[in-house]
Amino acid sequence: MSREYETVIGLEVHVELATKTKIFCGCSTQFGGEVNSHTCPVCTGMPGSLPVLNKQVVEYAIAVGLATNCEITRHGKFDRKNYFYPDNPQNYQISQLYLPICRNGYVEIETEAGGKKKVGIHEIHMEEDAGKLIHDEWGDVSLVDYNRSGVPLIEIVSEPDMRSAEEVIAYLEKLRMFIQYLGASDCKLQEGSMRADVNLSVRPVGSDKFGTRTEMKNLNSFTAITHAIENERERQIDIIEAGGSVIQETRRFDDNKGESYAMRSKEDAQDYRYFPDPDLIPLDVSQEWIDRIKSEQPEFRPEKMARYKEEYGIPDYDIGIITDNKRMADIFEEASAICGQPKKVSNWLMVETLRLLKEKNMDAVDIRYSPKHLAALIDLVEKKVINSSVAKEVFEKMFDDDTDPVQYVEEKGLKQETDSGAIKAICEQVIADNPQSVADYKAGKEKAIGFLVGQTMKAAKGKADPGTVNALLRELLS
Amino acid sequence: MELKQLSALELGKKIAAGEVKVKEAVDAAFAVSDEKEADIHSYITIDKEGAYAAAEKVQQAIDKGELSSPLAGVPVAIKDNMCTEGILTTCASKILCNFVPTYTATAVEKLKAAGAVILGKTNMDEFAMGSTTETSAYGVTRNPRNIAHVPGGSSGGSAAAVAAEECFYALGSDTGGSIRQPAGYCGVVGIKPTYGTVSRYGLVAYGSSLDQIGPLAKDVSDAAAVLEAISGYDEKDSTSIDRKDLDFTASLKEDVKGVRIGIPRDYFGEGLDPEVAASVKAAAAALKEAGAVVEEFDLALVKYAIPTYYTIADAEASSNLERFDGIKYGYRTEDYTDLHDMYKKTRSEGFGPEVQRRIMLGSFVLSSGYYDAYYLKALKVKALIKQAFDDAFKKYDVILGPVAPTTAPKLGESLSDPMKMYLGDIYTISANLAGIPGLSIPVGRDAAGLPIGMQLFGDCFKEDVIIRTGYTYEKIRGAF
Repeated sequence: MSREYETVIGLEVHVELATKTKIFCGCSTQFGGEVNSHTCPVCTGMPGSLPVLNKQVVEYAIAVGLATNCEITRHGKFDRKNYFYPDNPQNYQISQLYLPICRNGYVEIETEAGGKKKVGIHEIHMEEDAGKLIHDEWGDVSLVDYNRSGVPLIEIVSEPDMRSAEEVIAYLEKLRMFIQYLGASDCKLQEGSMRADVNLSVRPVGSDKFGTRTEMKNLNSFTAITHAIENERERQIDIIEAGGSVIQETRRFDDNKGESYAMRSKEDAQDYRYFPDPDLIPLDVSQEWIDRIKSEQPEFRPEKMARYKEEYGIPDYDIGIITDNKRMADIFEEASAICGQPKKVSNWLMVETLRLLKEKNMDAVDIRYSPKHLAALIDLVEKKVINSSVAKEVFEKMFDDDTDPVQYVEEKGLKQETDSGAIKAICEQVIADNPQSVADYKAGKEKAIGFLVGQTMKAAKGKADPGTVNALLRELLS
Repeated sequence: MELKQLSALELGKKIAAGEVKVKEAVDAAFAVSDEKEADIHSYITIDKEGAYAAAEKVQQAIDKGELSSPLAGVPVAIKDNMCTEGILTTCASKILCNFVPTYTATAVEKLKAAGAVILGKTNMDEFAMGSTTETSAYGVTRNPRNIAHVPGGSSGGSAAAVAAEECFYALGSDTGGSIRQPAGYCGVVGIKPTYGTVSRYGLVAYGSSLDQIGPLAKDVSDAAAVLEAISGYDEKDSTSIDRKDLDFTASLKEDVKGVRIGIPRDYFGEGLDPEVAASVKAAAAALKEAGAVVEEFDLALVKYAIPTYYTIADAEASSNLERFDGIKYGYRTEDYTDLHDMYKKTRSEGFGPEVQRRIMLGSFVLSSGYYDAYYLKALKVKALIKQAFDDAFKKYDVILGPVAPTTAPKLGESLSDPMKMYLGDIYTISANLAGIPGLSIPVGRDAAGLPIGMQLFGDCFKEDVIIRTGYTYEKIRGAF
């Protein structure tokens, strides 16, 4: 039955920008921090305070607009959106309604069928984030923390061009890639630095009229978005099939329960009384400024993937994972340039880095170790200063706090025993201590040599090269 | 001459020369306040403790030669809508009855840096909305020239304090005439500078695109010196302008030869008191006598100024005043059931009737469906009014007219008829809409002894010519 319906989806994506200071004052944007410690008269709405635009916000917004093929508004303005709520200290939010910074762009996504599709971008505008209410359940009061008040956001509004959850995810992944590659945001859905509201309606296949849409909020993972879309599509079709009509409303999705409930309907819609903020001067963007930002655009993922294939000759699978995140790609390129071993660099990224990220529940953008230290570690292994098991131990340390591997190996005395006399002595001792294994080996049991190598490595506290030990033992036993 | 009668610059000279101690100047001002405040009520807050502490510090700095400003040590009164760290700042509203700012407005900060001693915070119309200082939540201010009359507004407390010699000069703010009109009613000099000349940072906003801080002073020289001290680019105010021509005292010259003065016929029509008209025309004749070229002309669009002004100012005010909600600071109602009940009661109890009227008007003109017809149209008319002034300034250096249609009305006469009160702003508001500077100077008295003010407009950034013209007229007129 539901195959007769087409789903129509448009997204409003909020992205928190990675500026050091807030959009209209000099306060820090750093996450966490003592309650109300990153505040000043401006971001707490003190009488007489005035906003001053942070230029970096505009720069990031333009960069995202250029990456998504938007027209950049040369003469823009900021508008006040008036509504009362305690997390909003002025009781108006400074946003852009009439002349948003970017308009009429698109993002190209790959569809399931393997084709390409353009998802239109209606506009991108800049605005300020609100503070946070903290409800004290025991004291029957609510308190406000304005640390987030004035943190810069861009809102990317798509056209209703998507037709499935898969397309939505592909669009979001593409947006995230552009924005992360630009360094404009870390785009973490879980932490809220990227938030997507889904506008969805259904209509009979073939119809050219849109159905009534709902807006779904509180979606903080790709899985939740997928669930919400599937759930809302079914809900709307059920209503229509039962002869009812969908109500235009905002709904909140609860991913644990797998269902949504109405937050407010269109009748409750507020009149925000938008008007140009008289405290801010019009925003004039020069062609030179746009050209400069354009010239500084990084190489994005598709081009990077093609180049890696050509330049480094590593497997497609590796390329896919490494370029998924710009931090990874940067480490790969820099470390490879230093040590000249792209394959080895790739291995460290693909195996140990991914393992530790997963184990520590971290995101690739949070990788702390520097490429030069990874290169140095590879070099240590290559020159047989340490063996691979010691290297793993050193890497873990490096992963945690970007320790210099050369210094660490030196300080902890982890260098391999290179004195062949000393290793030989240990081998002889192991042979003397393990007559049974020696006998087994001599009787043709190849596996016994492995045990003896292990014992020797253990006696050498891991600081011997297993290959050398293997050869030495065979020589002594022959 | 008594100390209290000195102008700010005369006092500054004596302090610099060591003939007068800063404390003596403060004593003189407070002595007047002690005697007259019961009648006049210029101040909402008098900060004796702070003033004497500042006097001591400033005196030390002067003695060490660290302060060279001509205003060093001169006591000043500040309108109560400018934030002063540690001093109650109410905007004459109940809703800010307990608000003590954590920072100081840039203009006040500049005065402090120049060695000014703050005596207190002056009374005003609530949130600068009014033309009589009668909308204050803390009682009316009376006109020192005749206490049965209002001092004008909204900077009525500042004008009265200067006229009554309770301070040596004062700061006011002007959104539609709030410096020039009370200066005219009280017989002192007031200047509203070109928009963007004085930082608005720390001035509690009424109509952001129109608000400017400026001086109220005993004479043109003082006003020019004060304006010079408070002007300058401020990175904290995006609408602040980086001007290089801020040496306003350089224009204190007795010379109007060849200055082209235009008198708008529209400013001398219906509704203008004949005594006011006669005094202002006489002043114009005196300037002509001194060498100025004076002629009448038609300034377009005058009748549209009032509706345009009240649409824009109220729209901005309705949004600017949203932050007063009982959440973060200021007054909060006693009993409430939930958040919205708290908002409603706090704002209904905290704002007076005139403020509520303007918030409603402003909210209406911004509301969906009316925005284009009112607010947007008002912005277009504002641009046309600016164009009319641009055209006029191609022909004239100065535009001369009355400050207000009448002299100061009696207390209680105005509030019953808001429309009449609004119409009283007819001659002053155009300067705010066009962003141009205006200077108000006393030119005479009516039969009841109340001062009559004349107003001089200059083109944007042309304070120099109106200061020079005002100064020259003042020399011709003699002591007021």
